[in-house]
Amino acid sequence: MVNSGDSQHLVVIGGGMVAQRLVEALRARDDAGRYRVTVFAEEPRAPYDRVGLTRWFDEGPEGIALGDPALWADPLVTLHTDRKIESIDREAKTVTDRLGHVHLYDELVLATGSNAAMPPIPGNDLPGVFVYRTIDDVAALRGWVEEKRRSYPEGKPVRGAVIGGGLLGLEAAGALTALDAQATVIEFGTHLMGVQVDLGGGQALKRLINGKGIGVRAETATSQMKPHRRTGHVGRLDFADGGRLDVDVVVVATGVRPRDELARAAGLPVGERGGAVVDLSCRTEDPHIWAVGEVACIEGRCIGLVAPGNTMAEVVVDRLLGGLAEFPGADTATKLKLSGVDVASFGDAHARTEDAVEVVWADPVAGVYKKLVLSDDARTLLGGVFVGDAGPYASLRPMLGAELPGDDPSAFLLPEGGGGAPGLELPDDANVCSCNSVSAGTIRGAVTEHNCTDVPGVKACTRAGTTCGACLPLVKKLVDTELERAGIEVSTALCEHFEMSRAQLFDAVRVADLHSFSDIVARFGQPDSRGCDICKPVVASILASLGNGHILSGEQSTLQDTNDHMLANLQKDGTYSVVPRMPGGEVTPEGLITVGQVAKDFGLYTKITGGQRIDMFGARVEQLPDIWRRLVDAGFESGHAYGKSLRTVKSCVGSTWCRYGVQDSVGMAVELELRYRGLRSPHKLKMGVSGCARECAEARGKDVGVIATDKGWNIYVGGNGGQTPRHAKLLAEDLTSEELLRTIDRFLMYYVRTADRLQRTAPWIEEVDGGLEGVREVIMEDSLGICADLDAAMARHVENYEDEWKAVLEDPEKLRRFSSFVNAPKDADPSLAYVEERGQRRPATEQERASGVVIAGPKLEVRA
Amino acid sequence: MSSDDMSEAQVAGTTLVSDAPVRWERVCLLSDLFPERGAAALFGDVQVALFRLPDASTAPGQGADGAQVYAVQNLDPFSGAHVMSRGIVGTRGGVPTVAAPVYKQVFSLITGECLVAADKTPKGDLPPNLTTYPVEIRDGVVHVGLP
Repeated sequence: MVNSGDSQHLVVIGGGMVAQRLVEALRARDDAGRYRVTVFAEEPRAPYDRVGLTRWFDEGPEGIALGDPALWADPLVTLHTDRKIESIDREAKTVTDRLGHVHLYDELVLATGSNAAMPPIPGNDLPGVFVYRTIDDVAALRGWVEEKRRSYPEGKPVRGAVIGGGLLGLEAAGALTALDAQATVIEFGTHLMGVQVDLGGGQALKRLINGKGIGVRAETATSQMKPHRRTGHVGRLDFADGGRLDVDVVVVATGVRPRDELARAAGLPVGERGGAVVDLSCRTEDPHIWAVGEVACIEGRCIGLVAPGNTMAEVVVDRLLGGLAEFPGADTATKLKLSGVDVASFGDAHARTEDAVEVVWADPVAGVYKKLVLSDDARTLLGGVFVGDAGPYASLRPMLGAELPGDDPSAFLLPEGGGGAPGLELPDDANVCSCNSVSAGTIRGAVTEHNCTDVPGVKACTRAGTTCGACLPLVKKLVDTELERAGIEVSTALCEHFEMSRAQLFDAVRVADLHSFSDIVARFGQPDSRGCDICKPVVASILASLGNGHILSGEQSTLQDTNDHMLANLQKDGTYSVVPRMPGGEVTPEGLITVGQVAKDFGLYTKITGGQRIDMFGARVEQLPDIWRRLVDAGFESGHAYGKSLRTVKSCVGSTWCRYGVQDSVGMAVELELRYRGLRSPHKLKMGVSGCARECAEARGKDVGVIATDKGWNIYVGGNGGQTPRHAKLLAEDLTSEELLRTIDRFLMYYVRTADRLQRTAPWIEEVDGGLEGVREVIMEDSLGICADLDAAMARHVENYEDEWKAVLEDPEKLRRFSSFVNAPKDADPSLAYVEERGQRRPATEQERASGVVIAGPKLEVRA
Repeated sequence: MSSDDMSEAQVAGTTLVSDAPVRWERVCLLSDLFPERGAAALFGDVQVALFRLPDASTAPGQGADGAQVYAVQNLDPFSGAHVMSRGIVGTRGGVPTVAAPVYKQVFSLITGECLVAADKTPKGDLPPNLTTYPVEIRDGVVHVGLP
């Protein structure tokens, strides 16, 4: 390969997170296109979020996708996957890949990362012994556990052990638990996470880990792994103290070794404990070879964390572009990402600084241990350990090396709401997002100079909080403070008539017990307001959610958007579509015939919807009552396709017919759809029920997804399609049908009450204090004490449901709304025009109207 | 409503080309119009959207009889469909408005001016503002003035 034009060729060996960051940073800064970059990855895939590997179990590959995939489509970027580099020729400035191809480079970056270390324990090569480093490792582990489970009689657990009680070991133990295997963590040292956490924290952590059903054996050395007599698979661990443990699977997570073999072979100096030695500019002895991430031995050591690796990537990019950046030292702050276990530490967690003072707050009953390490005058923050409540971590970590305000540092450790902690004013250079090295000053600048007015804007502008998200609460606080300071009011006002947000207005209306728009606007709106197209539908939705009778009754009818007003879906030509409910996607042959006959008689275009029902298009206002009379007579009811309300509960055919189904998914879907039909909400709601883990109902693409297990139902929440597709996240497992209904009742009601206008469930969950975990606490642990109230509200909804269309057909005053023209109530809109396509009619385009190919005006009806 | 009331010029349309001759058409009874909603009316091929609001000069709840009727074109310039009568009425800065039901543009009911374009442009060559028509209520019968 020859260099084209003036551009230099940068070769990156390794396709991990740090390599991705390097390419990202280069493409963001190298406006002139001075470098073409080629990345050689050993794994057969683009870089992914290795830190979040455990999420792969829950969310699949997309859960650990990293950055914007468009990066790899950049014409100046080439990514070769499954293409290990075998050697470097420093003289010729070339690298040779595993296929024998030779590539010239001008600059070379080693980003080869690490290997999982395998300690020399006899038996470490037995089948069933795994490491935990790559997607392939995790996939193999899962396959093994599932295979073992299948080979066992029902109910016999798969027993797992993890050797190594560090950060990675605990994540691996979490992964085993997620696979429904038992897990015991074997730790050689005195306590878990010995690198990051002191003994007191380690003991609190052990209690938390035990609470997750994971066993812990500390101060235990594994002397050998013994094969099972019959299978030859790993079957038992023998310990130096004479103890033993029967196992079906072992994960070794004792540490990592830098992948420095290329550097060694190329004659580059390596550190005492491995790693390519680099200076503070991340350059090796060879002026054209750099090393970043775990393979770099910087300041005498290799660092196995992503944040310092990202910093090194930024340093190299700066240098390549002629800058003088230096590695500022590693931020070794860590936070364990294991669901339900809060552990974080930063700085000098072990108080090794001379004369350091430790302030400890411990609540063994609650499993909480918090410690600050301070300078001898108890003012400067040197480090901290948080177990069981990492709340203070986000705001204290950036204060590392700074003086804490106030006289009593212990105030920072008191439980939330204990009061007394002085407000922290972060210095501008405090590093808020360690993953992406974003300082407090940069975040403030996003507000003051780049006019960002909310957290999503700041995230997009600065990348703060876009990797692990641990700093988001702090980012939000900084943004809010800065907006306030700039005099920019963070307005949550609905519109010019209401200063309240939807959630506030909902509560106000509920508590004040108001039942009409006039009363609501008089009490809570601006003086002399009459509302508008924004606040009226919001109030309409609130009134409907609180149960105020038919949505077209009295003044409520003036608030409805045309869809709700006509109880049908407005289409582009001004006609409407009609969707009768087919709960769970179930419909009788007679029902199908009725729908077909109605569509035929009224000349409607029919199409199956994504929600497993039938949509009939092209109905005119004055036809709607006639159409619905036929449908209601045949036993159909409104499908609420027009409402911000429950649409459908999609289902697979489930255990009643399917060979693989483990529960009756259709029955459950029908029950759910009939329970929540008509529930008005801030946005449309969709649900799905799958009868087994194959997930044919695509339930995880729904706001509420239910997936059958052999023990009951798993519930996932916050999924949606649309512009920003999201997979729903696991809320609870193995619920009985009764527990499932109660959980969904509360989830929906909590959402209905507290979400913003037109806010779907996914962004709502993100905004709830504590995110998904916060939602879980509110609806499953009743942390706000509102569950009884939510239950009662849903019970009222279920009790008061009536079919909206049936009610309209029975009320002449409501029927009067369905006239085409006030002076010609049955005349069709003369502007409508249709053409035929694939055997049905559709609105004519402008060109078709102009060229006269229109086959039918509005009046052509085939109705008998 | 007495004819004296009528003489107080309940003429809402103000953008009507000044001296163009007006053909007054009977539309319906005032009571045929739902308060704070619209209705379409058909005159040959011309479609007009009528809106019945409480009197703009009085606070809500007062002057129950002070109904004010506005008329604009029923054609929504942003979708090309005849649907303006189905929009939600409201106010922006005290000006009575209607929002297009398709893409939610907001128009003044007094001048027909498009106040909020909602990042859209009108369809084809249609002007963004609505034509307004004068309305009179004579003995409880709504009349609209067509050019």
